[in-house]
Amino acid sequence: MAHFEKANSLNEWFDQRLGVNTLQRVLAKEYWIPKDINFLWAMGMVLAITFGILLISGIFLLMYYQPNVDLAFDSVNYTIMQEVGFGWLWRHVHAVAASVVFLIIYIHMFTGIYYGSYKKGRELIWISGMLLFVAFSAEAFSGYMLPWGQMSYWAGMVITNLFSAGSLELNGVVEWIRGDYVPAQAFLTRFFMLHVLLIPVAIMALIGFHFGALRLPHVNNQNGTDIDFEEEAAKYKSGNKAASKVIAFANDFMSKDMFVVAVYLVFFFYLVFWNYAFAMDPVNFDPADGLVTPAHIYPEWYFLWSYEILRPFSKDIGLIAFAFAQVIFVMLPFLDRSPNTVPANRRGLFKFWFWAMLVDMIVLTAMGKLPPAGIFSTIGLVAALVFIGLWLVLPIITKLEKKL
Amino acid sequence: MKEFFILAVVAFFSLVTYWLVEPFAHGQMHAHVESEHFAYADLPALEKKGDATKGADTFMAGGCIGCHNVKALGMETGMSAKDAAAAYGVNPPDLSNAGAIYDAKFLADLIKNPAHATAVEHKFNDARFHPMPAFYGAGGDDIDQEIADIVAYLQSIAVKPEEVTPEMAFKDACGRCHAVRYTKWTQLGEMPNFKHKKDELRFQADVLDYQDAVKGYMGKLPPDLSMYIRSRSEHFLKTFIENPQSQLHGTAMPRTGVTAESAEKVIEYLEFAGDPKAEMRNEVGKNVMIFMIFFVLFAYLWKRQVWKDLH
Repeated sequence: MAHFEKANSLNEWFDQRLGVNTLQRVLAKEYWIPKDINFLWAMGMVLAITFGILLISGIFLLMYYQPNVDLAFDSVNYTIMQEVGFGWLWRHVHAVAASVVFLIIYIHMFTGIYYGSYKKGRELIWISGMLLFVAFSAEAFSGYMLPWGQMSYWAGMVITNLFSAGSLELNGVVEWIRGDYVPAQAFLTRFFMLHVLLIPVAIMALIGFHFGALRLPHVNNQNGTDIDFEEEAAKYKSGNKAASKVIAFANDFMSKDMFVVAVYLVFFFYLVFWNYAFAMDPVNFDPADGLVTPAHIYPEWYFLWSYEILRPFSKDIGLIAFAFAQVIFVMLPFLDRSPNTVPANRRGLFKFWFWAMLVDMIVLTAMGKLPPAGIFSTIGLVAALVFIGLWLVLPIITKLEKKL
Repeated sequence: MKEFFILAVVAFFSLVTYWLVEPFAHGQMHAHVESEHFAYADLPALEKKGDATKGADTFMAGGCIGCHNVKALGMETGMSAKDAAAAYGVNPPDLSNAGAIYDAKFLADLIKNPAHATAVEHKFNDARFHPMPAFYGAGGDDIDQEIADIVAYLQSIAVKPEEVTPEMAFKDACGRCHAVRYTKWTQLGEMPNFKHKKDELRFQADVLDYQDAVKGYMGKLPPDLSMYIRSRSEHFLKTFIENPQSQLHGTAMPRTGVTAESAEKVIEYLEFAGDPKAEMRNEVGKNVMIFMIFFVLFAYLWKRQVWKDLH
């Protein structure tokens, strides 16, 4: 056993046993962040806070939710929304956070794309981030099943049907996933398990991975400056904080993060109390009914772009395009052949690629919700082709890019 | 400043996306129906001035109480709601407060031609009669005068229009076809608290029998309205109540003919059933906002203090 001196303070006592001072130094006081950043760099903290809100509100909801096809709808809409004190608040917070978290994820993603924060040593940050996106998508979808409303039921029907893989007609796989011929009790219970246990655990592990992947390559900065972190850290530690190009994670970076988080929370709670319909679809306030199909079936807004890549094509081609859309973002660090880690506006053709991709995904999102008829159908098809085309030309235009 | 410019860009794209997937897409998916403010413009205007005293006699002579209760005056048919539904398809309404809940023009047209007033002429015709027979006059020489008298009589026995409560309006106009399980409302009235399980089961069996009759009459069981205040917009509900055909062409649901005020009461009842915390949401929301504004302020001051040495 190691030799222990008598501790003179509580801090020392813990430091002897847990190394809290070392932890604090490595994780906070001497975790160096570039100074040249803007509020978009706080999106990670905004996401962490939003995930925390989801976790806490979810725990409260879990105490009253009943994963049973006969009770689920009323346990949410009556027990939680009416009988439990402030149950309505937790439910609104949970539903709105589940939707807003995707807005922040998309902002976080496009920030990464714009500033090239997936290149030269930062590939794993990007990949772990995209895995988080997949895990959050699965979490959102499984959670959407739980109130057992019309949209839960029919979204469950449509999405599980995708696993029949079009003309391969793998109906056995679909039945295996559902545990029945149609979404029913077995389906609800297993999605409940996924939502409250397996996927949250996976998300927490991936968040750890995401943070870990960030430690060695360091955070990017908004001008693509190559920073010698050791030299700048020495400047900072010698007291020349103003001249140093880096700041400490805590409290320097943290204080700015918390200000952005505070402003974000004003926006978030405005949505929770006064503008929640976008996150709580009215159709899902009708109980699940396998005999009545809703007039319009559409996913939540954050899945619309990939839904629209599936929809305008014939069955098999649509599925292939959909699969392409799901995995292609993960490949970004390897499809971008340019050596430059600088903001998109200094990167030749990539500058146009970035804005074209952003606008195209917004167009896809809009068309994914609109009824697939007439002009909307055509616009959707063109936007889906543009999406695929943009990814195909990406390696070429980035290869042509001049080294800065 | 650069950060404000970036924020403007982010806000712009977020808002455009929001506008496209919410107001724009929903506008495309659901045709907008303009409200007539319960004017019932398609129904003929009341030209005769009714006399309530004469109306009382016409009401009796016309045989209205053969099917309708008027419990406020102690007139009862002696038929249970369940039996009435088995006979007519749905329990005919008690007319005690009909004069306050329903529009006068609507009542007049309803007495003369029930299928026309309730806008279900696609369902009832010469081959299939509306369960309520049309009134062909009670012996006088002017049927319109007689009808005006009956309407005046119904208005005279009813509570004042401002005394109509949300519960009264809902139960009279909607509650004989629609259940609302969140307020324990069944088509046979509020579900009592039973002491004995078998009494409860008997009541439930009666409700099922009643629902079977309504199912036969309407084609399917009209939906439980517990969450309609959240699953449909208030505008949808109002225009739907005003004229079900405008939103759901060919529906078996009759136009109920409620006045604008009674429609408000019905909506209030649905809010009570499906969204009783709306007011509390507003209250709590305001307090949370006040807290958050202080949070922003303190967060900003902390940031200023920490960054003082960094610039």
